[in-house]
Amino acid sequence: MIRPDAPVLLEICDLEARVDDQPILKGVNLTIRAGEIHAVMGRNGSGKSTLSKVLAGHPAYTVTGGTVLFRGENLLELEPEQRARTGLFLGFQYPVEIPGVSNLEFLRVATNARRAEQGFEELDTFAFEDLVRERLQVVQMDPAFLERSVNEGFSGGEKKRNEILQMALLEPLVAILDETDSGLDIDALRIVAGGVNQLATADNATLLITHYQRLLDVITPDFVHVMAAGLILRTGGKELALELEERGYDWVDQELAALEVA
Amino acid sequence: MVAAPVSTSVAGSAWSASLLAALPVPAGPLAPVQERGRLALSARPLPGRRDEDWRFTDLAALTALDPLSLAAPPPPSQQQPPAAAQVLRLQLDSDDDPLAGVQLPAGLSPLTEPELKQVLGQALEANGSRDQWPVLLNKAVASRVLALRVRGRVAPVLELVSDAGVGPGLLPLRVCLVLEEDASLSLLQVHQSGGANLTSVLVEALLGRGASLHHGLLAAGAPDSVLLAQVAVAQEPASEVTLVAATAGWGLVRFEPRLHQVEGAARSRLRGLQVVSQRQCADTHSQMLFGGPDGSLDQLHKVIADDAGRSVFNGAVRVPRAAQRTDAAQLSRSLLLSDRARVDTKPELEIVADDVRCAHGATVSRLQQDELFYLQSRGIAADRAARLLLRGYCEEVLRDLPAAAAAWQPLSIVLGTPNDR
Repeated sequence: MIRPDAPVLLEICDLEARVDDQPILKGVNLTIRAGEIHAVMGRNGSGKSTLSKVLAGHPAYTVTGGTVLFRGENLLELEPEQRARTGLFLGFQYPVEIPGVSNLEFLRVATNARRAEQGFEELDTFAFEDLVRERLQVVQMDPAFLERSVNEGFSGGEKKRNEILQMALLEPLVAILDETDSGLDIDALRIVAGGVNQLATADNATLLITHYQRLLDVITPDFVHVMAAGLILRTGGKELALELEERGYDWVDQELAALEVA
Repeated sequence: MVAAPVSTSVAGSAWSASLLAALPVPAGPLAPVQERGRLALSARPLPGRRDEDWRFTDLAALTALDPLSLAAPPPPSQQQPPAAAQVLRLQLDSDDDPLAGVQLPAGLSPLTEPELKQVLGQALEANGSRDQWPVLLNKAVASRVLALRVRGRVAPVLELVSDAGVGPGLLPLRVCLVLEEDASLSLLQVHQSGGANLTSVLVEALLGRGASLHHGLLAAGAPDSVLLAQVAVAQEPASEVTLVAATAGWGLVRFEPRLHQVEGAARSRLRGLQVVSQRQCADTHSQMLFGGPDGSLDQLHKVIADDAGRSVFNGAVRVPRAAQRTDAAQLSRSLLLSDRARVDTKPELEIVADDVRCAHGATVSRLQQDELFYLQSRGIAADRAARLLLRGYCEEVLRDLPAAAAAWQPLSIVLGTPNDR
């Protein structure tokens, strides 16, 4: 939902970042307002996953230039946990398995960390169980997964559902979903996408990072950005994704070459 | 370079000699065993770095104990939680017979003296640990053995506890169990110490055909306390053993579980967790010996090494020609939390049979950055995330302890912090 007067939640200006000594992001610009759904598309290596990790504060990436404001505050000086507590969420492309740590307890500790930041009281075990059982329905997840270790032995689809469950509990202002559609069969994709749609409101925003149009068939973006070589090359509406699907990414190379000549 | 081992050996001999000289005259039903143990011990210096089996083991915490102070047991301390329901707790560290005044549950009975004579030392003999230094030490000092026969399925968990407390002394504990055909027992040993003393544990278990033993050992020590523990198990075919050991806090732990599948065709599971920090040293030397075909081993050994702590793991698996179709898997995982900590880990596979599966692996790593970041990205602060990961790491072993162990808060014991809410 595009409302030009809606508050800006995330404002990325000329963002540059590197991993080891390799520059990956070379001046990304992106503004996200409340209520909007954005999709960033691009080939492998275009920098789209790096963008999501840099925003979440992954320690392997170094920001070398530019600014990111989250609700008007400098996001880049916050620790990863503080970014999460203030309402930034990253749905992982490959959710991490943590043997021995109970999923239920992990979800509760995370939810309470966010609640404390919001000034709400912590939920005890019983109150949290009620909440989590209600939110499980967002992704039609079997409660048995609460009793297991975090993501341990989960299938690809179960891991992604667990990510969206976390999103449902943390109620972020900006959710960045990195290749949430990868490794999902069509039924799982519908469930996960349905969860994302349910959680989208006029007050929050979603940034989808994806390879394929198929996710955008089930979650309709307001903006589509094409990323290549660490830059956002073009921005358009949902029709841009359809155009990419039809024409492939070859034209991207041509535009990049033209940029380099210029 | 030659002088060091000689001086160690001389010092070791003097240490042993002082200890032997200080011991009271052998007495009680084990007097002949004590005499033989002392004789053997007098001919053996303390193990040292020249012994392959002790190469990486720093005995400083042991030799720092005054041998004269080890002539008697330490004054008892006994800080412990109340025994849970369905637990038979026997106190091993008092002067009294641990069975005095105890109503044994159905299925448990004391071994008679002739029976004991027949079985005592049998498992040690069969797996080659009869002359190990820690075994000789226990034999030289222990004046009593808790010897039980197990028939059928024993419902309560048998809990054997000791606390060497803060005072000086040597606490020798010896246990001998005979599990008859199809018998089953859950056994939890809890050994604690809070000061400069030595706890010596020697356990033998003989498992008849189809018998099952679930054995937990939880040991919490202090920076100047020493634990030497030997567990020898002999398994008849179709028997099952799960042995879960977790130790933390001791200046020195030497733990030697030795399992022997007499004719193969049995199942053995080993789970170990040792936590070292400060200048502590923990050493597990395990041995699995397959005496016949179709046996299996599933072994996981985990380590957390912090500060200048030192950890040693040596996992011997012996598969002679007779042990065809053995299926053994051994995994050693070590977590290094400090640059000064040291981990030595070594599988020792001796495989002669040709039709076997023997998998082994060893990893040494720091806390996984990806795991930490995942937790942080959910709003969990870095230090709390690290604690959660450590707990998870430990739980993979601790969850296999007999359920009665929960009363002792094993997580607090190994991580030294109260349970994180």
